[in-house]
Amino acid sequence: MLLAIDTSAGTAVAIVADDGRVIAERSSADTRRHAEVIGPLLSEVLAAAEVDDARLTHVVAGIGPGPFTGLRVGIAAARAVAIARGIPLLAVPSHEAVALRLTEGGVAAGRFAVITDARRREVAVTVFAAQLPLPAEVESAHLVARAAFAPAEGVTPFEAQEIPAAALAHAALARLATGVAFPEAQPLYLRAPDVTLSTPKRVS
Amino acid sequence: MSAQPLVLGIETSCDETGVGIVRGTELLANVIASSMDEHARFGGVVPEIAARAHLEALEATLLAAVERAGIALTDLDAVAVTSGPGLSGALMVGVGAAKALALALGKPLYAVNHLVGHVGADILHAPGADDRGELELPTIALLVSGGHTSLLLVRSLTDDVELLGETIDDAAGEAFDKVARLLGLPYPGGPQIDRAAVDGDPTAVRFPRGLTLPKDLVAHRYDFSFSGLKTAVARHVERLRDAGQPVPVADVAASFREAVADVLTAKAIAACVDLGVPRLLLGGGVVANARVRTLAAERAAAAGVSLRIPPLSLCTDNGAMIAAIAAQRIMAGHGPSDLGVGADSTLPVTVVQA
Repeated sequence: MLLAIDTSAGTAVAIVADDGRVIAERSSADTRRHAEVIGPLLSEVLAAAEVDDARLTHVVAGIGPGPFTGLRVGIAAARAVAIARGIPLLAVPSHEAVALRLTEGGVAAGRFAVITDARRREVAVTVFAAQLPLPAEVESAHLVARAAFAPAEGVTPFEAQEIPAAALAHAALARLATGVAFPEAQPLYLRAPDVTLSTPKRVS
Repeated sequence: MSAQPLVLGIETSCDETGVGIVRGTELLANVIASSMDEHARFGGVVPEIAARAHLEALEATLLAAVERAGIALTDLDAVAVTSGPGLSGALMVGVGAAKALALALGKPLYAVNHLVGHVGADILHAPGADDRGELELPTIALLVSGGHTSLLLVRSLTDDVELLGETIDDAAGEAFDKVARLLGLPYPGGPQIDRAAVDGDPTAVRFPRGLTLPKDLVAHRYDFSFSGLKTAVARHVERLRDAGQPVPVADVAASFREAVADVLTAKAIAACVDLGVPRLLLGGGVVANARVRTLAAERAAAAGVSLRIPPLSLCTDNGAMIAAIAAQRIMAGHGPSDLGVGADSTLPVTVVQA
């Protein structure tokens, strides 16, 4: 039984059985209150899972890309659950969850791009090849100015507003089943921190 | 819950990732990872760098604290976290982790005030060690760090803390960093200025004491201001350099440090006298400053005020002080925080638990 947490867009949490059955799923589309809503959402899915009389075996963390401040909340929470329960943490790129959903639903075929808002008039883009059980990443996540974004020929763009946590867990299950390695549980920031080296200015 | 609750506290309000574990007032572990070195070349804490570093350091810090305390996470009675004040992005890392830790362990969450935590640091003692003597209340508390300069009246650690005054511009520690830079000394400025000032003459330059003129004392009796002082030092240094004269770094450092120590301690002692509270507690990283400590001790003795200074490892930001406040709240019968509690960068000191 897996607990999946993603805060790269809104806040999404889900508990999924090993056979893929979704036991509980909760989400909030609010893109500014991750630290607040993660508490009640986690509490609700964990309560639902207890009824199911099974034990968590893995925690899945969506590692973005996404706006930094929110993204970190989910990864910090996922690491804490893994430590608390003594279970492994599996990292999954958040776009992979969307790609899997689109492919399973037959919406995406061939090559397609998953796009999410990266603020500052930029979008984060990952290009996939539609295949099951797991879409293949063709181009890893990168930032593009929204105005300049033009998908390559034959690549269909899909812009996502939310990352479905259950799909994140499904992607993790597909990786486990097929032996595809998991990335490091590090956030996909895609941007260096904003810092300017200021030089002291004269005051007189 | 046991009479002496076992609490783990997480602190991520600035550039230190702290995890501490206490049993009541007994300190079992206090592990701190700092991102200070990563900020050094910028001359001050860069919020995004600090927040990233918290995420990197949290797991190792947490595991080290649990090992040091010799407990199992399942033994805990509660999980505590700093809700604020502090840097938003940094606080949120701790809040997210603490909520998940509490929920995954099935333990209550206590989100507490960072500044009250600094006062709470004073009640902690090593297991088996001689108690440092009870913290007597009410007490005046002067908390001075890179992010805060606050004067508090603490009547109760769990539910009665009043803000008497605070800085209206820079924090004292920030002033140390900025002046160190002016003098070509590295970050963090506090220890550098302290070292440079050793051979200097504190009376060489009479730098201004912010908000100490009679007219300022009307509205800002217990408030602080260090921005004008920093500018005065900059002017002084520029004047010397423009005239082609060498800057007597030791004298400037000593004179600046004297101005800071003077105004901090004068206002703190004034609060003790005005309010008839003959007790003063110091907290925050600037307490490491030798002159601030010495002058506070001199003036406290002269005014008949008893002075308490927690060990330095508990004066700088740490998770143990957060756990200590939560333990006090639990022992006083207060319930846990709402799971929807957030990080509040400007949490008022009157809110001991969010």
